[in-house]
Amino acid sequence: MDLTAISPALLVASLMVGATPLLLAALGELVVEKAGVLNLGVEGMMIVGAICGFAAAVQTGSPLAGFAFGALCGAGLSMIFAVLTQVMLSNQVATGLALTLFGLGLSSLVGQGYIGIKPPPTVRLDLGPLSDIPFLGRAVFSHDWVVYGSIALTAAVWWFLNRSRAGLTLRAVGENHDAAHALGIRVVAIRFAAIAFGGACAGLGGAYVSLVRVPQWTEGMTAGAGWIALAIVVFASWRPARVLVGAYLFGGVTVLQLNLQAAGSALPVEYLSMSPYVVTIVVLVVMSARRGARSTAAPASLGKPFHATV
Amino acid sequence: MIRLEKRPQPSRAWSWATPLLAVALTLLAGGLMFAALGKDPVAALRTIFLDPLFDPQFAAYSRPQLLVKAGPLILIAVGLSLGFRAGVWNIGAEGQYIVGALCGAGAGLALYPLEAWWIFPMMVLAGAAGGFLWAMIPAILRIRFNTNEILVSLLLVYVAENLLASMAVGRLRNPEGGGFPGSRNLAQWSSSANPELIPGTGMHWGVAAAFIAVILAYVLLQRHLMGFHIRLAGQAPRAARFAGVRPAVLVAFCLGVSGALAGLAGIFEVTGPSGQISIDFNVGYGFTAIIVAFLGRLHPVGILFAGLLLALTYIGGELASFMLNIPAAAIQAFQGMLLFFLLAVDVLTNYRIRRGRTVTP
Repeated sequence: MDLTAISPALLVASLMVGATPLLLAALGELVVEKAGVLNLGVEGMMIVGAICGFAAAVQTGSPLAGFAFGALCGAGLSMIFAVLTQVMLSNQVATGLALTLFGLGLSSLVGQGYIGIKPPPTVRLDLGPLSDIPFLGRAVFSHDWVVYGSIALTAAVWWFLNRSRAGLTLRAVGENHDAAHALGIRVVAIRFAAIAFGGACAGLGGAYVSLVRVPQWTEGMTAGAGWIALAIVVFASWRPARVLVGAYLFGGVTVLQLNLQAAGSALPVEYLSMSPYVVTIVVLVVMSARRGARSTAAPASLGKPFHATV
Repeated sequence: MIRLEKRPQPSRAWSWATPLLAVALTLLAGGLMFAALGKDPVAALRTIFLDPLFDPQFAAYSRPQLLVKAGPLILIAVGLSLGFRAGVWNIGAEGQYIVGALCGAGAGLALYPLEAWWIFPMMVLAGAAGGFLWAMIPAILRIRFNTNEILVSLLLVYVAENLLASMAVGRLRNPEGGGFPGSRNLAQWSSSANPELIPGTGMHWGVAAAFIAVILAYVLLQRHLMGFHIRLAGQAPRAARFAGVRPAVLVAFCLGVSGALAGLAGIFEVTGPSGQISIDFNVGYGFTAIIVAFLGRLHPVGILFAGLLLALTYIGGELASFMLNIPAAAIQAFQGMLLFFLLAVDVLTNYRIRRGRTVTP
């Protein structure tokens, strides 16, 4: 194996690119779960965002339109989940699964004509002198706006949840929806908004996979990223800053194993490919074991149906 | 204003009617989807749901396929339904299906080219054990560390798929296969073959196992304490704790049984219809079985019918892609839609729809 073939600057750069879709999807799901809703459809919304964003970018020639449409479609798909779980009071686990199964089918249906096409390139931001710094310039300061946007979004979500009144209301809904309802808070409306935000983030993350990270459309290309995003939320104990750490950690594992594959590691390709999933499981176990009997950080009303009787 | 009023207990009539209503709504929405794809919706639905059974040209081939496809779906869904009832969410049946097939095939191929009557039964046991052990990973992690079994079981599907890819090109590859990936053909080695038991019906040992699983699950749920505990834990978790239901036992039982059944489905598939371990022998039965379990209302007999219906969509989907050039992915979207409608109309089972203003009691 030739480890010198791996350039550290490029490794960090591709780590940031690899982590961005995970970060976006996990931030969205964090807000959804903070509102007390468990949406297991992240994978489905991501893959639909991936193909819709890809199709829009190819049709219009503008990556920006692609990202916008990907986010819109992710949000649109999440509205099915919102109507079913919030209005029809269906089981959230089952409905989230349905969203993933439907999303995978829908995406390969829409994607029929887009296999083997190259999307319009997403331009990198010109950060002037910053991009010329020897190592850091290539590794950190030569990305597109989505990478920096996702980091800014982490800060925004943190501020929203911890420092704004609306965020406090959203957390109240997630901790105890009956008490929030009694206070006159419109539980269902807030949850609809949170679910839409989560869907838009997942769709944006998916579009980033097909427009920048790969960049191409192949069926099932998100390959479990949505599920890893769900695991990151648990890993992060529902805190935005830790979501950032988790996303970069898991993005790092993915990028590292890809680099090892390219460098001709002694380990077979298949075992390297399964490593991100194994690492995710191990981290989940460590997190849940460490917390032990102590009450978990999960929002108290997470996954419970809300039915206003009065 | 329309509002929902919780029923004191779920409506029996609606619990029968909602699956039918969901199927009807899915047909309607599916027709719209096919129209949007530029196909004649009536012709598409006829090709999917009627032609496989009644068309003089295709029915001879398609009818046996119904049991071939329904067998694994029913086998897996029966296992999943036990856990879903108890609130134990095994959504990684696809992984258990793959690992079961790998273990069973590996156990058999180790003895190739020996001819003995006991090889096939041994492979079946090894397949069940493989699925069981793969499902024990999320079970033990949940019991010991309280790790979420939904995420672990699902992530293990990706691990299993990579394991399958590794085995198909490595350990289990046919040494006489000219370097192509994939194992020896198990259906052509008489000691491991899982042939059609009654010619022209598609009935093989896996289908027989599925029917037996339906009966055993029915007996378990209706007549045994474990079945009662499963139902109790799902309907009233607090009451279950007071009644002495041990959550650890319940988790291990539900995941273990569903894993073993998925493993069985896997080994019956690679020794019969699929014939060999290949990189993509798994076609997503483990995920479709989730839809089957819900469509069957988590009831063994309901699952039997739901499995046959979903099998029909697989066969009809192949026919439609062949005859009308409808993409195979449309069927997957169609199956997902079915689950949506099912979950949506289920509200009628548990709630009454009332008109007018809310009256404060």
